[in-house]
Amino acid sequence: MGFRFTQVPIDPTQARRELLDPAAGGYVSFEGWVRDHNEGQEVTRLEYEAFQELAVKEGERIVAEALRRFPVKRALCIHRVGTLGLSDMAVWVGVSSVHRGEAFDACRFIIDEVKHRVPIWKKEHYRSGDSGWVNCERCAAPPAHDHGHTHDHGHGHDHPHHGKADAALSHK
Amino acid sequence: MQLKIHYYALMREQAGRSEETLDTSAATPADLYGELLARYGFTLTREQLKVAVNSEFSDWSRRLAAGDAVVFIPPVAGG
Repeated sequence: MGFRFTQVPIDPTQARRELLDPAAGGYVSFEGWVRDHNEGQEVTRLEYEAFQELAVKEGERIVAEALRRFPVKRALCIHRVGTLGLSDMAVWVGVSSVHRGEAFDACRFIIDEVKHRVPIWKKEHYRSGDSGWVNCERCAAPPAHDHGHTHDHGHGHDHPHHGKADAALSHK
Repeated sequence: MQLKIHYYALMREQAGRSEETLDTSAATPADLYGELLARYGFTLTREQLKVAVNSEFSDWSRRLAAGDAVVFIPPVAGG
């Protein structure tokens, strides 16, 4: 149970064993995969970087909150760091419970909170040869969409738009 | 006063280093960010960041002590 990072591919078959519980009637999992596009750009690979000391603490707090809020048995989140290719698994969340409803709810809660709270950063590399840190560079660009144009990454701008809604859809 | 600063992601690239030990008179993380912003020209404003001291989220007005480890946290993008 809890939260951890891995530098090697996530093995969901192995991970789900940690959720087995004689009282559980099933489990729900979520896998986040690297997809080939984001905000109009063709993505070729991603790099994930984390402030691991704090990220593990915050991730464990999120899992503990899920276990308090929802009557589930066990929960685990594993996040990949390093360089990932298309369709690689970036994150895995699994929750076992007596009944399915609360397992879906807790799984959704964990992935949503992890995306917003845990200090993990994602650098996208694009087909065009360009690259950018998600939520850190284009978020500084003016609100008008400039898809298809050369990005100047907003240097010189000072628009504090975090692109939260976009972040939540960044690759799932 | 000496502080240890760690940089991640965009800020690591803009600072050109992942960590440094700094002699500073900055009393708070807010002061420290002002100092580093001037030195490295970070593109993120303080309002876009969070800050951690000794691997725990911190207030921007916390009084820093010698030996503290400070990390500025750009907008996150896990998952």
